[in-house]
Amino acid sequence: MRKCSLEKINLVFAEIAKAYTLYLPTDQNDSSAKFTKWEEGSVWSNALNTVRSPKDFFFPQAEDLMEFKVEGKNIDITDIRQESEDFVIFGVRACDVKSFEILDRVFLVDPVDSFYASRREHGIIVSLACTKPSETCFCTTFGIDCTEPAGDVSIWKTETELYWQANTEKGEKLLSYVDSLTEDANTKAVDEQKEKTSVVMKKLPLANLTTDGFGAGKTMELFNNEAWDELSQTCLGCGTCTFVCPTCQCYDIKDFDTGNGVIRYRCWDSCMYSEFTKMAHGNNRLTQKERFRQRFMHKLVYYPENNDGLYSCVGCGRCLAKCPISMNIAKVMKKIGGEK
Amino acid sequence: MQKITREQLLDRAVALLSDGTVNSVLGWQKGEFDYDVTPHIFKSADELKEGFVWNDFCYANFSKYLVLKTDRIEGKLLVFLKPCDTYSFNQLLTEHRFDREKVYAIGVGCEGMVDVNKLKAAVDGISSIEATEEGLKVTTIYDDEPTVVAIENVLLERCVNCKSKKHVAYDELMGEEGEIIDSARFDEVAALEAMTADERFAFWQNELSKCIRCNACRDACPACTCENCVFNNPNSGVETKAPVTSFEEQMFHIIRAYHVAGRCTDCGECSRVCPQNIPLHLLNRKFIKDINECYGDYQAGEEVGMRAPLVDYTLEDLEPGEVLNRRGEDA
Ligand code: SF4
Ligand code: SF4
Ligand code: SF4
Ligand code: SF4
Repeated sequence: MRKCSLEKINLVFAEIAKAYTLYLPTDQNDSSAKFTKWEEGSVWSNALNTVRSPKDFFFPQAEDLMEFKVEGKNIDITDIRQESEDFVIFGVRACDVKSFEILDRVFLVDPVDSFYASRREHGIIVSLACTKPSETCFCTTFGIDCTEPAGDVSIWKTETELYWQANTEKGEKLLSYVDSLTEDANTKAVDEQKEKTSVVMKKLPLANLTTDGFGAGKTMELFNNEAWDELSQTCLGCGTCTFVCPTCQCYDIKDFDTGNGVIRYRCWDSCMYSEFTKMAHGNNRLTQKERFRQRFMHKLVYYPENNDGLYSCVGCGRCLAKCPISMNIAKVMKKIGGEK
Repeated sequence: MQKITREQLLDRAVALLSDGTVNSVLGWQKGEFDYDVTPHIFKSADELKEGFVWNDFCYANFSKYLVLKTDRIEGKLLVFLKPCDTYSFNQLLTEHRFDREKVYAIGVGCEGMVDVNKLKAAVDGISSIEATEEGLKVTTIYDDEPTVVAIENVLLERCVNCKSKKHVAYDELMGEEGEIIDSARFDEVAALEAMTADERFAFWQNELSKCIRCNACRDACPACTCENCVFNNPNSGVETKAPVTSFEEQMFHIIRAYHVAGRCTDCGECSRVCPQNIPLHLLNRKFIKDINECYGDYQAGEEVGMRAPLVDYTLEDLEPGEVLNRRGEDA
């Protein structure tokens, strides 16, 4: 384990930014935080997490895939993808790091999504351990330890110091750039911090939320549960929950008529929308109840069924904070699952 | 702190349910925390007693739900309306969007609702909130000393600039009737108008570039009740699911603002629900201010059946050429 004084943090950022494009959470004018590109003068936010999740780096909201031009009987297809450069996302929380694994299981299985794969290859994740979780956090429900975040490099921030630990080759390489600014350290301060945070984690309001009652094989039992009516009755179908969620992965591919050609692009889509996966015969989910149910069944039953029991929620709490009607996965799990 | 108590509303709701006046109650349901209240249709007295709440977090405007819900329920629905909600209620009636006969409306006096974002910015890790005379007493999950937060520091923008404590529609009123307020709600718009065109463009460019096109503003808006919005109708030719270019970012918002112009009651739901904290109310309020200045003061939803200035014609109407003069002034 290495450490450096927090006073040197801007020197560290400057050093990393020489070798990579560096992104880190910075405060916005509305007291929220957002991942922005580091430049001289950027101030690393103290916020627990960003409103937009870091999935944007690998799975952006909209991206152009290819371009067509038609001239006479010829169709010209151009590959307009932009090659990624190595980049660092600094300060990713444990929950969000886990979300990348969930996305990987969708985009990196055969047929591999080469756009996603290229960004994953070039991205280096520096994760940050939590010390002050929010009341909306429930990462522990999904077996995530917020004091021991994964990623290429893990960091722990104390009052005065930053502790670093490389977990992968990419991480070792990143640390080598800041070698002269860091020094060897023992784990005492970090261990103490972990201890303290674990105490808070046990006291969180959602600490007892459990996945009991969900998972593979539960489809028929849960699909027909009566509670879906009540849970979904005032859902606006807005899609906010899906767009702030780090693990929601649905997209649409559309053509944009440029006047003299076509740009084919991909953009986020939401199972909460009435036109989602609309085909010639219409939409297969006619009511908001069905759309609402889909979002939660996917996260809590279908995904684990297809992915060795892994749930597709990481308990980051973004949907709890942002749903306009305060309906969310925690309420769904309590109503339908184990803990009442 | 609200003057009317939960018990007063609860008793009335239970009474109206049991004497058969209504079949169900659209009210606020208790959440996991003390602030995450969910709109809910209660079907029985027991359900009400267990889950009904009325507190400083009952910000949701129920009027729009009447469009969908009154079609689907048997008998009458009891709905609670704050003063600002009653304007949306009337506007929807003017547009024949729901059946008045199927609704029993109780007007509820309101002391202002809390902006949870502001409260969370003031206190991290909220574990409980208690409304007291001094303000909200907030305890945290970190076992810090409780903090007392003055309500006026954490009110929703629409409540800071509340335009009316008067209910313009109800079958029954609980609490005292208030007055229409001469609020400072146009000050921020005036500040934007005072900017140069470039500054103003930069302001909106910056704000709208944050948009993630989640559609919450549209879906919460009581003026947006189209069965199939052009923006999610694949046949409309302008359907966009993501702001792909900065032009599209603006197009969604500008089209929406135009479409609700003269019908927007300034209920504030758009800005409240935006996960990106975009001050959308400023766009709609600019239209309201312009309408007031060009066609005389007009408040959408004040009465049922009013003709909106933009779809009406009077001899006093502004000459179209006046637009050029106005442009001349602020160019
Ligand atoms: S659950 Fe909430 S955020 Fe999600 S679509 Fe429904 S109203 Fe919108
Ligand atoms: S469902 Fe909600 S809590 Fe779970 S990962 Fe998505 S946004 Fe986070
Ligand atoms: S959910 Fe867990 S990992 Fe994520 S921010 Fe909260 S405490 Fe940290
Ligand atoms: S609520 Fe905010 S982020 Fe969502 S579409 Fe409206 S302006 Fe955009």
